[in-house]
Amino acid sequence: MASQQHRVGDTPWIRRTLIASALILTMLMLVIPLVVIFAQALSSGWATFAENIGNEYTLHAIGLTLFVAALTVPLNLVFGTSLAWLVTRFRFPGRKLLITLIDIPFAVSPVVAGLLYLLLYGRNGWVGSWLTEYDIQLMFSWPGIVMVTVFVTCPFVARELIPLMQQQGTEEEEAGVVLGASGWRIFRRITLPNIKWALIYGVVLTNARAVGEFGAVSVVSGNIRGQTNTLPLHVELLYQDYNIVGAFASASLLAAIAILTLVAKAFVEWRQSRPEHPAPEKGGV
Amino acid sequence: MKHLFKGIAVGAALLSAQPALSADRELLNTSYDIARELFASYNEVFKEHWQEKTGETVEIKQSHAGSSKQAQAIIQGLKADVATFNQVTDINILHDRGGLIPENWADRLPNNSSPYYSTMAFLVREGNPKNIQNWDDLVREDVDLVMPNPKTSGNARYTYLAALGYAQETYGDDQEKIDQFMSDLLSRVKVFDSGGRGATTTFVERGIGDVLLTFESEVLNIADRFDNGEYQPVTPKVSFLAEFPVTWIDDYVEQNGTQELAKEYLEYLYSEEAQRLLAGFNYRVHNDVVKEENADRFPALQLKTIDEIAGGWENAMETHFASGGKLDQLQRRR
Repeated sequence: MASQQHRVGDTPWIRRTLIASALILTMLMLVIPLVVIFAQALSSGWATFAENIGNEYTLHAIGLTLFVAALTVPLNLVFGTSLAWLVTRFRFPGRKLLITLIDIPFAVSPVVAGLLYLLLYGRNGWVGSWLTEYDIQLMFSWPGIVMVTVFVTCPFVARELIPLMQQQGTEEEEAGVVLGASGWRIFRRITLPNIKWALIYGVVLTNARAVGEFGAVSVVSGNIRGQTNTLPLHVELLYQDYNIVGAFASASLLAAIAILTLVAKAFVEWRQSRPEHPAPEKGGV
Repeated sequence: MKHLFKGIAVGAALLSAQPALSADRELLNTSYDIARELFASYNEVFKEHWQEKTGETVEIKQSHAGSSKQAQAIIQGLKADVATFNQVTDINILHDRGGLIPENWADRLPNNSSPYYSTMAFLVREGNPKNIQNWDDLVREDVDLVMPNPKTSGNARYTYLAALGYAQETYGDDQEKIDQFMSDLLSRVKVFDSGGRGATTTFVERGIGDVLLTFESEVLNIADRFDNGEYQPVTPKVSFLAEFPVTWIDDYVEQNGTQELAKEYLEYLYSEEAQRLLAGFNYRVHNDVVKEENADRFPALQLKTIDEIAGGWENAMETHFASGGKLDQLQRRR
């Protein structure tokens, strides 16, 4: 074929300039800041780093952050999968609208999301004033933090699954139905293996966002040290205290989680791009 | 699934492995964002005092954020026992919009319920090269100022009011001259940051400006941190009384059963021991003995109250800082 055909800008020096500028931008905007986080965190030595991480409040912030993620991820896993199943396997009025509505958390600024929850579930809110009568407190305690985190991260799993499940169609599942399998069995033996890697990808993204969420959590947390302070809030707090090393030590934990996420994401993408059942090379009738 | 449960178990274990298990009583103090170290120190002092007095141990939780945000959170249900703020207006809101405290909250503790106070001062660079001594030096053409934006920052509103107090003192009833002075001063500001800490960063880290206008406590903090005399504090002869009001929150202490504890927590701020500690954090205090000890660090000056300068906070906000108010008009003059 005409692989030698010249495209616009395909001269060596244009190519080199483009590559160089991409590289320089990547270094300036991504790599150097990341390196700086770790360099700052360790700028006063490992002992100070360990002391900052081992601080009672930092440990609590880490624990709370993991706790929130551990509740958020399974909730959104179930929610996202059910939703994707619903909108790709059934036709009903309002289906298109529902697919659009899933994206609301992406469209809304997290701070606004936090405020919405506060106005609804806070002491003077519609639901909140009723809950107060029964002495149930959601805002400014961990349930509130979980609620907004679930809200902010709920599209990730569904968004990963919907295109894939639409593309795969329903044939295999219909065959299952014809052969008399139960719904649960169809899901487990046919649907789940097909969407496995997309599902894991969605979970990885959900987890990354749940751990790193700042805006929405900041509104409903109440910033109580050793009680409702998550790791991102803790970073800000330390920074405002002029404890730069401490702030960067905590930030380096978040950065480490981000890097782990990227590795996991790259691995999942690699697995996804490999066909699960390679087509028979010969002899297929 | 197994990993999931393990994760929750680990999280729950980490959460519950915190102290607080052992304390008899618990108290939540909501405070402004730069007071963390102050209350971390005071809490230790108070814990000891309470144990001596009652034999009970007490765990004090701290929440820190901008005091307007804290006031909103308390109104929306953050069940804080006490509020220790840097803005009188933010405590007034707890009454006006939250109905959580009585209107006369300020009369319940001495000195308008303000156990410590500060004023607005200047920080200049080494050797005071522009020879800044008082407010009138700030409007000179060769002087660049750094302060936060009075629209967004309480700190800057204090500076604005302090300058206004000086202008009223100097020009008496001549409103035109007062306005001219204020307009000149605002036009000398090179960078308006959104908050006090941002302004400090601009002045110290970015090296912009000849004078930083902020709380005396912040000015002294910075001068202390750079021991080599890189920065020098200057206290003008006339300035503004910046109160740091405290209150217990009646509705919540009743629900939490912490009335006595919360009251004692705030009252003990007036004790000699606590006042000495507060002075150590560069705040001015009321206790005579401690005042005497720190006389050289806190030069005597004429402090004007909000009532003298602008006829109360409500009036000040309306006349000066509301949209289209005096501040907007002054900034448009040039």
